[in-house]
Amino acid sequence: METAKKRMLTGNKAMAEAIAQEMENDKNVFVIGEDIGKYGGIFGSTQGLMEKFGPERVLDTPISETAFIGAAIGAAAEGMRPIAELMFVDFFGVCMDQIYNHMAKIPYMSGGNVRLPMVLMTAVGGGYSDAAQHSQTLYATFAHMPGMKVVAPSTPYDLKGMMTSAIRDDNPVVFMFHKSLQGLGWMDQLDYAVGHVPEESYTVPLDKANVMREGKDVTIVGIQMMTHFAMEAAERLAKDGIEAEVIDLRSLAPIDKDTIINSVKKTHRLVVVDEDYRSYGMTAEIAAIVSEEALYELESPIKRLAIPDVPIPYSHVLEDFVLPGPTQIAETVKQMMNEA
Amino acid sequence: MTKFEEKQPSVSVDKLMWMYEQMVKIRYYEDQMVEAYTEGKAPVFNIGEGPVPGEMHLATGQEPAAAGMMVHLTKDDTVTAPHRPHHHAIAKGVDLKKMTAEIFGKETGLGKGKGGHMHLFDPQAKFSCGGIVAAGIPHAVGAAMANKMKGKDWVAVAFIGEGAANAGAFHESLNLAALWNLPLIIVVEDNSYGISVPKTASTSVESNDLRASAYGVAGAYVKDNDPVAMYKAAEEAVNRARNGQGPTIIEIETFRFLGHFQGDPELYRDKQEVPGLRARDPIMKLRQQLLDAEHVNEPELEEIENRAKKEVDEAYQFARDSDYPKPEAALDDVFTS
Repeated sequence: METAKKRMLTGNKAMAEAIAQEMENDKNVFVIGEDIGKYGGIFGSTQGLMEKFGPERVLDTPISETAFIGAAIGAAAEGMRPIAELMFVDFFGVCMDQIYNHMAKIPYMSGGNVRLPMVLMTAVGGGYSDAAQHSQTLYATFAHMPGMKVVAPSTPYDLKGMMTSAIRDDNPVVFMFHKSLQGLGWMDQLDYAVGHVPEESYTVPLDKANVMREGKDVTIVGIQMMTHFAMEAAERLAKDGIEAEVIDLRSLAPIDKDTIINSVKKTHRLVVVDEDYRSYGMTAEIAAIVSEEALYELESPIKRLAIPDVPIPYSHVLEDFVLPGPTQIAETVKQMMNEA
Repeated sequence: MTKFEEKQPSVSVDKLMWMYEQMVKIRYYEDQMVEAYTEGKAPVFNIGEGPVPGEMHLATGQEPAAAGMMVHLTKDDTVTAPHRPHHHAIAKGVDLKKMTAEIFGKETGLGKGKGGHMHLFDPQAKFSCGGIVAAGIPHAVGAAMANKMKGKDWVAVAFIGEGAANAGAFHESLNLAALWNLPLIIVVEDNSYGISVPKTASTSVESNDLRASAYGVAGAYVKDNDPVAMYKAAEEAVNRARNGQGPTIIEIETFRFLGHFQGDPELYRDKQEVPGLRARDPIMKLRQQLLDAEHVNEPELEEIENRAKKEVDEAYQFARDSDYPKPEAALDDVFTS
């Protein structure tokens, strides 16, 4: 009996497929952003869409984020379902008012009477020497502001499923995709950027973390590239007889506390790994949640790995120093186990 | 008088020669960067590899905008530039060795390796650039303000691409500079594309000098990537600013011979386009004009070209020979003590 060959797609193709399928299902879905038309998105997230749906539904814009993201908000209020792309998350500065004061607050301020069923998708991440203004993730910056869902998938399967959920969701969703996981021909060719993606439409929830690897000795919570690094570290640790449970956070807001706490109840040790700046971020939030709700489950202090509070430097040796990696994760766990 | 002199009687030969040397230097610098950038990225292109990793935005073909403006500026005048900054930096007199070392990520770089190619800062040359479109315009407004507060006739020039003229910061900055009568000049380098989006698909007017009247400022348009025409437009704008008569928008039609970034497949561009632009190479044209007008002879030109190349080669060598910073240095320079 022949087993069906699994269909493999790159991260960016998975995203584009989700968008295409939703655009076919619903005439109100349209895409707007810079170089998302003919170019197919700088990171390939909208490849093939313009050919399929034409320039009326796939709109290339000038460099005018306040105008076109604000326009997406206005269109959403009129019942359209826009997908706006902010090319690099680092560019949020030029249009953040529209995002956090309007997109995130209008539904609330209107007592739920105005709905903004829009997706703001944006590329995040570094590690390829794009320096301070083009390498950030800013997970915490967006997760901190109430009123918007914030997700950050790590696999092609989740990229498609969560994009589909995001488009169908009547709330504003900030959809952060990691550049290194898009499967771009001009970046480092990573295995993680390619994965099984079913052809049919399917959804993945926007509020659930995913246990990627089960283990009994320590819980490592990661996000996007940090999840993959945590998996690498887990493999190394297994050789030393340490079994790590790796959780892919996937959703920053709302955050899946239950999955994390259930894991900590099992392992009693927690390491959180983030590709954002350390202070006031994801690692702090998870540490606070576990301290509040599962303090007595812990056998040792929580360890936080993140970018030290410095802008991301350009030079390779400096960037390497500030970004957490598999070696650092594994060493941190070993230290924790020895401290017991 | 030669045909050349008849057409442009007011440009001194010295200044033409200076501009020519800058343009040659810039062209050679960018050509060398294409090579250096490619190193270590084969057989499969990987942006994070090699001695010059990350993004690279080269100004090959855009030399006249820089040369034609900087010829009028001194070390006291400020220049801000975008993510495609090499021609501006070179013509402004940025330390070429430290600039190249910065691009190579070395500790001897302008930013000790922390900024990289898009974030070059040289306070000695009053030069800065950045990676956020249009963000340099308000910085130039600020420099112009400071100059005025100090009672100086120094000017501030913001270089942007035509894409940036549709960003909010452009419009706010112009209004403010006009309102406060600041010595600001904005040079819009129209190289036809904002990455892949042509100007016709991004801009509601034919050229941005036409927007000047909306802000109550002066506007000028330079056709065909002409360094001499740029010289003249810039001269007027700089004089206007120095005399307290307010801002100018200069738009120059220029040519982006390469992609938006190195590695750009340029699928949005017709295959005939770049060869057509190369045939109108401003450096070749100026070279021929100088020879035709007998301002200079072949050996003199070669001397200039060799001098420029030598300076660039020495800068690249300095960069290669310099050390990388210590990893822990990543934690320094967040704040100043």
